[in-house]
Amino acid sequence: MERSVKLECRGVWKVYGAQPESFLAKHNGAPTTADFESERMIGAVRDANVQVYEGEIFVIMGLSGSGKSTLVRCLSRLIESTAGEINFEGRNLLTMTDAELIEVRRKKMGMVFQHFALLPHLTVLQNAAFPLEIQGVSLKDREARARQMIELVGLQGREDYYPRQLSGGQQQRVGIARSLVAEPDLWFLDEPFSALDPLIRREMQDEFLRLQSMLHKTIVFITHDFDEAIRLADRIAVMKDGSIEQIDTPENLVMNPATPYVEEFTRHIPRAKVMKLQSIMSKGVPDGDYAGDLAGHLTVADTVLQLDQAGLPFRVLDQDGSPVGTVGSKDAVDIMIGRTVG
Amino acid sequence: MTGIVTFLTKGSRPFWLALLVITWALSTWSFPLYKALGARWIIKFPKKYELSLDTWISNAMTWLVEDAHFILFTFRDLTRFIAAMIEIPYRIMRSLLIDGFSLGQGQQAIEIAPSISWIAIIGAMAALAFYAKNRALAWLAGLCFAYLAVFGQWESAMVTLASVLIAVPIGVGGGLALGILSYRHPWFERLLRPLLDLMQTVPVFAYLVPILFLFGFGPVSALVATVIYAMPPMVRVATVALHSVPEEIIEAGRMVGSKPRQLMWKVLVPTALPSLMVGVNQVIMLSLNMVIIASMIGAGGLGYDVLTSLRRLDIGGGIEAGLAIVVMAIALDRVSQAFAIRRVRPRPDPSKPLYLRYPLLSFVMALTVITTLLGLWIPAFRLYPEALTITTGSIWSTIMEWINVTFFDTLEAIKTFFLTYLLLPVKRFFTGIPWAWGIIVMGLISARLGGWKLGLMAALMTLFIAANGLWAKAMITVYLVSVSVLIASAIGIPLGVWAGQNARANTVIGTLIDTLQTLPSFVYLIPVVMLFRVGDFSAMIAVVLYALAPAVRYAAHGIRSIDPELIDAGKAAGCTDRQLLVRIKMPLAAPSLLLGLNQTIMLALSMLVITALVGTRDLGQEVYIALTKANTGQGIIAGLSVAFIAIMADRIVTALARTSQERLGVK
Ligand SMILES: Nc1ncnc2c1ncn2[C@@H]1O[C@H](COP(=O)(O)OP(=O)(O)OP(=O)(O)O)[C@@H](O)[C@H]1O
Ligand SMILES: [Mg+2]
Repeated sequence: MERSVKLECRGVWKVYGAQPESFLAKHNGAPTTADFESERMIGAVRDANVQVYEGEIFVIMGLSGSGKSTLVRCLSRLIESTAGEINFEGRNLLTMTDAELIEVRRKKMGMVFQHFALLPHLTVLQNAAFPLEIQGVSLKDREARARQMIELVGLQGREDYYPRQLSGGQQQRVGIARSLVAEPDLWFLDEPFSALDPLIRREMQDEFLRLQSMLHKTIVFITHDFDEAIRLADRIAVMKDGSIEQIDTPENLVMNPATPYVEEFTRHIPRAKVMKLQSIMSKGVPDGDYAGDLAGHLTVADTVLQLDQAGLPFRVLDQDGSPVGTVGSKDAVDIMIGRTVG
Repeated sequence: MTGIVTFLTKGSRPFWLALLVITWALSTWSFPLYKALGARWIIKFPKKYELSLDTWISNAMTWLVEDAHFILFTFRDLTRFIAAMIEIPYRIMRSLLIDGFSLGQGQQAIEIAPSISWIAIIGAMAALAFYAKNRALAWLAGLCFAYLAVFGQWESAMVTLASVLIAVPIGVGGGLALGILSYRHPWFERLLRPLLDLMQTVPVFAYLVPILFLFGFGPVSALVATVIYAMPPMVRVATVALHSVPEEIIEAGRMVGSKPRQLMWKVLVPTALPSLMVGVNQVIMLSLNMVIIASMIGAGGLGYDVLTSLRRLDIGGGIEAGLAIVVMAIALDRVSQAFAIRRVRPRPDPSKPLYLRYPLLSFVMALTVITTLLGLWIPAFRLYPEALTITTGSIWSTIMEWINVTFFDTLEAIKTFFLTYLLLPVKRFFTGIPWAWGIIVMGLISARLGGWKLGLMAALMTLFIAANGLWAKAMITVYLVSVSVLIASAIGIPLGVWAGQNARANTVIGTLIDTLQTLPSFVYLIPVVMLFRVGDFSAMIAVVLYALAPAVRYAAHGIRSIDPELIDAGKAAGCTDRQLLVRIKMPLAAPSLLLGLNQTIMLALSMLVITALVGTRDLGQEVYIALTKANTGQGIIAGLSVAFIAIMADRIVTALARTSQERLGVK
């Protein structure tokens, strides 16, 4: 199935320092790390190429200072990239006029911020309604919409609180409600859960997956937490020092790291957490007794208990729900203890 | 009943509206009302209840000076002693800089040593600037001082400089000592703080009066006033600076076994030095400001030149002396600021000879000795030759005359416009308010915003003003301050918002504001009087110019310190630039704007008192009259009244700022 590309960038650079354009031009548009160092420039994003497909969760992942926020701000044109090309729904984002850009942001994009970025002088309800307010939607309509969103993120009853009266997790729920209120197609989340405690973070991740299963947005999600990335991502882009090292599914990142950096990074990730049943199953479904059916996108870690307790193998289903292979408890245990991993 | 209480203390819009309407009605009809009822007390505080505090104070002062005995000495001995302690170093400094040392009095005086050559002083200033920062600053400082010589302002400038050089060490030393005491003993800080608050709000003229009474007309009085005026900021800066030394550094100091004294001088003070230097800069600038003002009680120097020119309406002379003050202020400010951010440099190699280790110092010493010795034979080395000075006075007079002739109608039209549509209506409003209602209103406003204690305090302070027969003058002060602050905010806030959003605008506006703020307040009077002559309008313009800086600064700061993520959030929601400004930036900058407003009011009040010189009829005039008559009681009462107005304004605006901060959840 060929999915359409929602957002795409090619050869995007963001350079900080004195006269970044002429710096890029001098080095033929591709300065090396040494060039950056010798001329005291900062390459926050270097030659980024990304395609985000409609309806997928695309995670950008990297350590602090690797340029994730900068990249996502280039993609949403909150900052102007120094070089490169960005297309959104087939339109060149960089040649849009200010008015067009504002229109796109109002109607098509939503964004969640690391430190919530709630307006302190507005209540929860007013914050959630803010994007509609600046579009000039009537008070009644926007509050009705905002109430729906607040309910969606589970904050009903707190509409008239001020942000400072809420816990971090609750504040980020408001941030999420605000980013969704205008029904955007493309949803940016810049480390939305990094400022939260680990327990809350997990709860919010589940919440996020639940929302996405209802809304089917196209999502660009930033995180520095690899566990979070593999839990949420359809595909992950790993960034280091402003460059994208590899873009792949969580499974492929772990199994086939493209660079030593990615390998180093993924070495300690348990295989079971990323390996999906559809990639460890034996193809074909011979006749016989089965304990039941399991979806092929589940990971080994998700299912190992079930597999172990059943005694019998399971049938593995593809996306359309038809059986395509079988998997038994031994396959899962092999992965768990690393027996088949070469 | 409870309903009324809630309405008075918690009510919102209806409360303010009702208050405004009643005040307006009373203000409009107070005069007809008095006529109709024959009740003069409505518009004037009854004479027989008026306090005679001023007479008591004056009598007490007289007793103190003439009869007070401490066991071993009289009070007069004490003041004489203090005067001598200050006078001697001041004389020496003046002799060094300009007068030369001589024996004997008047005609018989024989010079025993000359003053330092003007070339050496310029060289020393440049060397100091070079030491503090770089060659560019050295040029700036050198040229500024050379200007003073070339344009014939040297002698007055050196007299002013001598006062500053004496006042600054006392101010810095005393301020640091008090700051250390406050840091060590919280009770001392608690004791000192209200005093410092009061010192900052009492207008400068007001304490010139008792000082004049104690020390007589002359440089000593001026120096005492200068030190009193310039010290409080140093105390504050020192206390804050010491408190903000990181706990870990102090613990490290303890762990190596420092005694308290070592901890202070080897750990705390050195760590806090950059902040302390900011305080030193403030002391220098405030001293200069006050030395200029104190020319009224005998400081002499550049301030005296301005004052006499203003009195004679000698346009050229006033501008020349004013420019000299500006030039000197810029030089002193830039050099002392450079010291505050000066980077520590490596210690010179101790194996080298002394003159190589300290080349700058050696250079200055050599320059001083050579030029001063040469000055003994060649007068041009001692003083810049008079024949070579350039006088610009007549040029300035011509220019001003031309402006006044050519633009007379325009200037007059501007003045009339403002007077008719702004100043006079506001004046009518404030001066019409009956004193009794004024007390009630101040109490209500303050109680509503800051609780009943503040309300009571405000009501009592207003009563004090009325009961001393100063109601009418106080209302004129309030009206002038209101109008000036309104205009200063109307100009300053947009400028600040612009500077906060635009880096290039920020450099231009920032430089402008910095320069405006370094100028001693006296200087503002000169151009204003020349263009608009004396009166309320001139006073207002001078006050606006002087009080503009904080409005701009705080607005720019408020805009700049908004969390960038919030701005991104606005943009991501699709705000236009306008929406971003109106819906996000302005509400978030509100607390900062209010703090700026507070500062603007304080500066406006302090400047307003000085504008009494250009003929306002407010409390400033009252102080000024007291000063010319050396009437201590009258001066202190009027000064206190100004201070009370300042304190009420401060508390009310601070309460507003606090509410808005709470609303935004910032602490
Ligand atoms: N305005 C700026 N001026 C100069 N350098 C900047 C600027 N913004 C970001 N950088 C630099 O760009 C690099 C990438 O920053 P960025 O904020 O994108 O990192 P990040 O991956 O989001 O990190 P974090 O996880 O800490 O948010 C950093 O080295 C940062 O110092
Ligand atoms: Mg970031």
